Amino acid sequence: MKITKVAKAGTLESNDILIMVKPNELGKTELELESIVMQQFGEVIEQVILHKVQEMGIEGISIKAQDKGALDYTIAARVETAISRAI
Amino acid sequence: MKTILGREIPDYIEGYGQVRPFQGAFSKVGVKNRTAVKLTSVIPNEHKVLPSLEDALDKLEIADGMTISFHHHLRNGDYVLNIVMERLAARGVKDLTVAASSIFPIHAPLVEHIESGVVSGLVANYISGPVAEAVSRGELKKPAIMQTHGGRARAIESGDLHIDVAFLAAPTADNYGNINGVYGNAACGSLGYAVADAEYADKTIAITDHLVPYPAYPIEISQVFIDYIVKIDSIGDPKGIVSGTTRITKDPVALIIAKRATEVIKASGLVREGMSFQTGAGGTSLAVAAELKKIMQHEGVVGSFASGGITGYLVEMLEEGLFRSLFDVQCFDLKAIESYRDNPTHQFMSASMYGNPHTKGAVVNNLDIMILGATEIDTDFNVNVTTGSSGMIMGGSGGHSDTAAGSKLAIVVTNLMKARLPIIKDKVITVTTPGESIDVVVTERGIAVNPKRVDLLEKLRMTNLPLMTIEELKLLAEKITGVPKGVETSEKIVAVVEYRDGSVIDIVRKVDLVS
Repeated sequence: MKITKVAKAGTLESNDILIMVKPNELGKTELELESIVMQQFGEVIEQVILHKVQEMGIEGISIKAQDKGALDYTIAARVETAISRAI
Repeated sequence: MKTILGREIPDYIEGYGQVRPFQGAFSKVGVKNRTAVKLTSVIPNEHKVLPSLEDALDKLEIADGMTISFHHHLRNGDYVLNIVMERLAARGVKDLTVAASSIFPIHAPLVEHIESGVVSGLVANYISGPVAEAVSRGELKKPAIMQTHGGRARAIESGDLHIDVAFLAAPTADNYGNINGVYGNAACGSLGYAVADAEYADKTIAITDHLVPYPAYPIEISQVFIDYIVKIDSIGDPKGIVSGTTRITKDPVALIIAKRATEVIKASGLVREGMSFQTGAGGTSLAVAAELKKIMQHEGVVGSFASGGITGYLVEMLEEGLFRSLFDVQCFDLKAIESYRDNPTHQFMSASMYGNPHTKGAVVNNLDIMILGATEIDTDFNVNVTTGSSGMIMGGSGGHSDTAAGSKLAIVVTNLMKARLPIIKDKVITVTTPGESIDVVVTERGIAVNPKRVDLLEKLRMTNLPLMTIEELKLLAEKITGVPKGVETSEKIVAVVEYRDGSVIDIVRKVDLVS
């Protein structure tokens, strides 16, 4: 499935994550991640986001994620919502 | 070699010298000496007020490699350190050691002086902001020495920290060097952290923007310690010096932690006539004071004293008769300054009287209950308030180790997790305060008692407070957050953490910055 619009979900509050998604013209999945816990949890956060994209069967998506220490289920929920809004 | 806490520390650190490893909180007590002080006597008809800072710097003859000191009562509103350093840099002085009791974000210009070699050493009890980051990046030539409030006074009085020139920011001074902090545009209240500097430096200069006719009153620091006085336009920005009012947090998690901490205090049996108490100005700490107040009122208990940095909230408790006195080393807000100025039961305390372990008894020794914060705690109850989760310097002991060591009940109050980071670790990145001084950790999800406090554990078992082992508490957090990846640091030592007795409790290494 493809997304058609730019959409976002989440906030920049502590323990939340702001996810912005837009269509990727080249059909790739691209992720740009900033996190206040990059050193400790950067890889995990990346995995959670990409796993959710895959699970929803989305292709051709650029994601910008600004993490303020969100837990995994928050991250997954924000990604899911942003994608749903962009379809 | 290893400290008693198992921390590996070199025997000798370049730029610091021989290391005395930490061997326990009270391993270095006994007979001590204070150092002799060099001074130039003043005879009648000599004048101490100099026309300008430039004239003063001429007279002070500050040479390469000297140690100059500052106090931090003007906190993030302090102009004095920056003005003096700028003038010294312009004069081409090199390799100075800046012994400032604390360094704040306003002292950012110090970073340039570190880079240009004007400053090669730092000694402080607390460092935050750009200077802390520069030290963590390894820009300072020598390792920074991080002390405690009591430890700094000890180091100065023993001669371990020799000060060539002390620059005393003085909210009010007279023309013969009597100083107080309660009047003037930059009023900050108590000048407790400046006392040892004034008494022990080879030369002491008061820098004021409020020069009053002789004699100033009250006198916090006496004329007998002051060589010169200089008036400048402004020594500090009141907005950065004190906060208007201190408010109790509304954060529900912090309030739960505060409530639980107070239940621990109650169960410990320490809520009794003559009790003593100290807490910080942070949200959760202050909320504990609010909860404790209710219990003291309910039980009709009058405490002997509250101490430390004083906030308006503690002043209210004094005025309501819940404590007979306050010991004030530093005022945090306007209400505290007014009370300190006007109420004789709100008393002055120097850093040495507050927490110096090598005196005939510091105030911390008389403390029953101490409420502390933590950046990290490990399963041995060691606390880190020096570095953040990335290993970057972002604070320091201040009075943390002093009060933890002295008090009967040292309680760490903290969220179990902060922005996804679990607070309890197998090993803290940096040990600031040894676990032997910490009695109990209170979080929103559970309470862990130091196993050596069997007596306290027995008392708390009679309550329905959620007791856990510290390991259980750690696992509980990691179940929610995941296990964080360790932080990588390089070999280079950027700071030496001195315990209050002058032994080295830990070292801080350079942070490898990740982009």
